Amino acid sequence: MSTLAAVGERSTWARVGARIRRHKMASFGATIVVVVALSALLAPWLSPHDPLEQDVLLRLASPTADFPLGNDSFGRDILSRILWGGRVSLYVSTVAVLIAIVVGGALGILAGYIGGLFDRIVMAAMDVLLSFPTLVMGLLVVAMLGPTVGNLILAITLTAIAPFARIARAPTLTVKERDFVEAGRALGFSNVRLMVVHILPNVVDDILVMAALWLATAIRTEASLSFIGLGVRPPTATWGGMIREGFENILDTPWLAIYPSLAILVVMFGLNMLGDGLRDTSDPRLRHE
Amino acid sequence: MLTYIVKRLLVAVPTLLAVLTVVFFFVRIAPGDPAFIILGDQASQQAIAAVHQELGLDRPMLVQYLDFMSTVLRGDLGMSLVTHRPIWSEVANVLPYTIELTLTALVIGVVLGLPLGIAAARHRNEALDYAARVFSLLGLSFPAFVSAIMLLLAFAIELHWFPVISEARPGDPLSRVSALVLPAINLGLIMVAYVMRVARSSMLGVLGEDYIRTARSKGVPARVVIWRHALGNALIPVVTVVGLYLGVLIGNSVLTEIVFNRPGLGKLIVNSLNQRDYTMLEGLMVIYAFIIVIVNLLTDLTYGLIDPRVRQR
Repeated sequence: MSTLAAVGERSTWARVGARIRRHKMASFGATIVVVVALSALLAPWLSPHDPLEQDVLLRLASPTADFPLGNDSFGRDILSRILWGGRVSLYVSTVAVLIAIVVGGALGILAGYIGGLFDRIVMAAMDVLLSFPTLVMGLLVVAMLGPTVGNLILAITLTAIAPFARIARAPTLTVKERDFVEAGRALGFSNVRLMVVHILPNVVDDILVMAALWLATAIRTEASLSFIGLGVRPPTATWGGMIREGFENILDTPWLAIYPSLAILVVMFGLNMLGDGLRDTSDPRLRHE
Repeated sequence: MLTYIVKRLLVAVPTLLAVLTVVFFFVRIAPGDPAFIILGDQASQQAIAAVHQELGLDRPMLVQYLDFMSTVLRGDLGMSLVTHRPIWSEVANVLPYTIELTLTALVIGVVLGLPLGIAAARHRNEALDYAARVFSLLGLSFPAFVSAIMLLLAFAIELHWFPVISEARPGDPLSRVSALVLPAINLGLIMVAYVMRVARSSMLGVLGEDYIRTARSKGVPARVVIWRHALGNALIPVVTVVGLYLGVLIGNSVLTEIVFNRPGLGKLIVNSLNQRDYTMLEGLMVIYAFIIVIVNLLTDLTYGLIDPRVRQR
């Protein structure tokens, strides 16, 4: 049974990979995302300076060969801070979206598969979660519980679970009526096996499109909270926090806010292109674009 | 239609009650005693007990809960911990600013986004379509505070076309308009991106249907096919997105208000966070959740209006 699951899994990933490669926009977006992720991952080796190292003499200094993007109001190297800042954003967003996929996806498949009262209760709970705007939920959770990485993840996860539950439930409702699921049931397969091996692969496509788009939303939320002052505490570099510091000096040194803004824009653009591309390739009506 | 409206209302009421329950317990389980916030860390036991009594925090949780639900449902949100004024009057002071901002953005979004999306669908894979798609991808990629900062830099700081701080002087309606322009464009352009993209893809879907081919082969002019035959069916996903987008719009309005230093619910919520004004936060959460539940209801009712089939379900 486990080999069957493994084969299904591998072919799903191989299929998605092939689709991304075939689609120009998706592969361009995926390339951007991979480059940004690698630069954040390798920040300790790539960044020319310590992101926390201050130098009074270099306060708000213009770019030089040694400091290619200049220095901030503490004389810290902006390039190094951007490289390191990506780590917080990407870590928080990736973990939050992964938890939301697992929890939301499981709830959605269970609700769709079991149906009845359980379905109604789960979806009602999701409606309640959806009644709080993402940023407002984030503001409250982080303000009440404290600006830590764990609470940022919690805040973003709470708003991301409901969309994933909804997107997993819809295909489950139709797939569970199909003959191959009926056949599996007749063969005496357990409910868990039916859900994991036979229904899950039919849900993966929609979840992946959603994951790329929600990763962008999560990065935006994390940056927004840091910009408001509710992100990971300074001096830790985050893109949103850097823009906040830059915004305070916007009249004199606008580039302080612009460079980290560009970093966010690049990764958001990449994720949105990847998500759109994946959607195009999974929707046969749009396949010829 | 009437039974449909009643049915939707019956679904909205329990959601609203559940949302209020979540707000109540969420504020209660958060660490930090409001008495310390009012009195400071050095407060004596008696003083803290007195504040607890004043706020009703010494009563059993269930009593507090029932009291909260009954006062909120009567429309009373209580007093601010910091200013000691009714929360409603604090909110009423700034609400018009947030409403004028979000409504203007909504109008910009629909008035520009819908025709652009339809045009992109009609001229699929032509230059106009590519431009529209790049624009919508860009619009989706901009966090609202980043686009706000860039608009501020370009049009207020460099070009001096608009004030840097969007402050409307009382008795000067023109200053109120000029204070609204940049923030509304900021929110509006992002909204255009959302509306355009959905209008385009749903129009493409509808244009591929058999009844459209039939209409075309009968010789119905393209303009009539689009606006009379296709638009009605293409509009449903657009309404969904406008409804769903409200959550994003609320978040974006908070960020826009901060960047342009504009009065509104967003500035109110950030200030009450900084001052740990729990009752104000509770009230604002109730208001936001209430707005979302109402808008979801209106979205559902709009479906019923556009599409008679929805009413049958």
